[in-house]
Amino acid sequence: MTYKSQSVAKLYFIAAIALFAAQILFGLILGLQYVMGDFLFPHIPFNAARMVHTNALIVWLLMAFMGAAYYLVPEESETELFSPLLAILMFWIFLVAAGLTVAGYLLVPYSTLAELTGNDLLPTMGREFLEQPTITKLGIVVVALAFLFNIGMTILKGRKTVINLVLLLGLTGLAVFFLFAFYNPTNVVLDKYFWWWVVHLWVEGVWELILGSILAFVLIKVTGVDREVIEKWLYIIIAMTLITGIIGTGHHYFWIGTPEYWQWWGSIFSAMEPIPFFMMTVFAFNMVNKRRREHPNRAATLWALGTAVMAFLGAGVWGFLHTLSPVNYYTHGSQITAAHGHMAFYGAYVMINLTIISYAMPLLRGRNAANSNKSQIWEMWSFWLMTIAMVFITLFLTGAGILQVYLQRVAENPQPFMVVQDQIALFYWLREIAGLMFFGGLVVYIASFFVGQDEPEATVAQS
Amino acid sequence: MQEQVIDTSDVLHDRHPPGDLAIWIFILAELSVFAVFFAAYAFTRMNNVELFNEFQQHLDRQSALLNTLTLITSSYFVVRAVAAIKENNHKLCVNWLLAAISMGFLFVVIKSAEYAHHFGEGINLSTNTFYMFYLSLTFFHFMHVIMGMVILGAVAIKAKNGGYSDIEHTGVETGASYWHMVDLVWLILFPLVYVMR
Repeated sequence: MTYKSQSVAKLYFIAAIALFAAQILFGLILGLQYVMGDFLFPHIPFNAARMVHTNALIVWLLMAFMGAAYYLVPEESETELFSPLLAILMFWIFLVAAGLTVAGYLLVPYSTLAELTGNDLLPTMGREFLEQPTITKLGIVVVALAFLFNIGMTILKGRKTVINLVLLLGLTGLAVFFLFAFYNPTNVVLDKYFWWWVVHLWVEGVWELILGSILAFVLIKVTGVDREVIEKWLYIIIAMTLITGIIGTGHHYFWIGTPEYWQWWGSIFSAMEPIPFFMMTVFAFNMVNKRRREHPNRAATLWALGTAVMAFLGAGVWGFLHTLSPVNYYTHGSQITAAHGHMAFYGAYVMINLTIISYAMPLLRGRNAANSNKSQIWEMWSFWLMTIAMVFITLFLTGAGILQVYLQRVAENPQPFMVVQDQIALFYWLREIAGLMFFGGLVVYIASFFVGQDEPEATVAQS
Repeated sequence: MQEQVIDTSDVLHDRHPPGDLAIWIFILAELSVFAVFFAAYAFTRMNNVELFNEFQQHLDRQSALLNTLTLITSSYFVVRAVAAIKENNHKLCVNWLLAAISMGFLFVVIKSAEYAHHFGEGINLSTNTFYMFYLSLTFFHFMHVIMGMVILGAVAIKAKNGGYSDIEHTGVETGASYWHMVDLVWLILFPLVYVMR
């Protein structure tokens, strides 16, 4: 750790991992509810569990992005953070708001929560992923603004690198597009239209810039390759991301009442969205192959390469599977979407955050460069357990999806939704087992922070 | 001419592809997007030949031809700019780049007049499939012309400040490569959308 103020990142990373654990626990509950509908009913109904699963994911990814920014921006800018105190204050506000929101989801019916939080004054609730009470949303805006101010001021007073600027662009976009969460027109077409400006333009737009810059930062650190080379790659990756991703929003506009040209625009541009992800894969492997030094933190390198591969598979390949409008006509809103969602979120955003945590945490905890061998071995085991489990979750959901689409929408005598759900139950059971394996991987991951603490740091084998 | 250039300069000049490798990866990616768009156009036309033929008549082929000549000329100017910097002539390089940018500007003006005409007639993306493709394809290309002008502009500024020489002029070649791609796409787009029946 070069700058003292980088240490605020630790708080964010710890909270992120705790929320990650909560997300997975609720994922397991949800997975079981697919096959045992009344599991934990009425205490944790499906809709509440789903909100916790998805919202916890988003919040922990945001927390980890912020932690990543607080860690890497001072180092890139070669200056202390503008205000470490503001960063700590915002952390607690964000954590308390997230905790209260989850408690609200679990303790009272959703409609009561809406009433309690004065949703009628400025109605923003009731939409997928944007379920948070309006007051929580306002809190998110305050936290995001304070965060951007803090990061922006740090960059302004320090060195301006491409990584810093791309990260700042991504984070600014993140904050700006979130504002559409407050736009809630009564026309349901318009509602959906702008809802995607938050959801799609986040994960298939500005978040990719954040992903690219964090990946570039870690690769510079672990490979020692020239900054100039890495920045060039970053430029073309973000250019392709924006060219394909922005108009690619159109792949959500096929069936919501928007004009027909979106079928073409959405299909063509989003079909190209795998390109920047593929570039990222080529980029990561190229840089590691051209490395100028062996970094003792092998786990971080593994996570970085894993991100590049899994993001391409999950976001790129599994996204492409159902992005063309003639295909999407059948697959829309089926388990194919769920398969894509799981692997894309894990491969792109979970893994990039675990990459930066893997790189930064040993330094934040006082190591010089890396954890002990023992701790790294545990961490790498968790990498493989979670990643392989996610591959299985994705494959089982894809199987479920193909069968579902066929029975429900393609077959000569299409069957009703719930009848089909019964017939694909086997896939749901298999998915749940893979989910347990993922949970096992997560336990090993968390354990890796506690084992091998007394052992010396891993070193690079000298030959 | 080509011989002279090689004789008077460094090995660097012979490098293939010219310019930065990154721009070629970008060019490849961009061309893939256009290729998919062109293929979609071709397949859709196959199923709607009459519609496409009918509305193709309404396009302004003369303006499009003029624009084709404009872009080819601009590409020639860019070639001159690269040749000039290889002879270490900064001023000439900047002038040729500015000439190329002005041709790009002329393209934008002519194309805008075409759009104004179509929009004046109330044509939009939902008018029919032909216009959907015509407007989308040409507008996507239009944005690339503007992007190419920005890139050439950045190269011109750096050249003006003496940022390139006969030894090191990767940036000029990089900008030139991108501009040629923009030109090349139009050379496919023009016959495909305006002429071929």
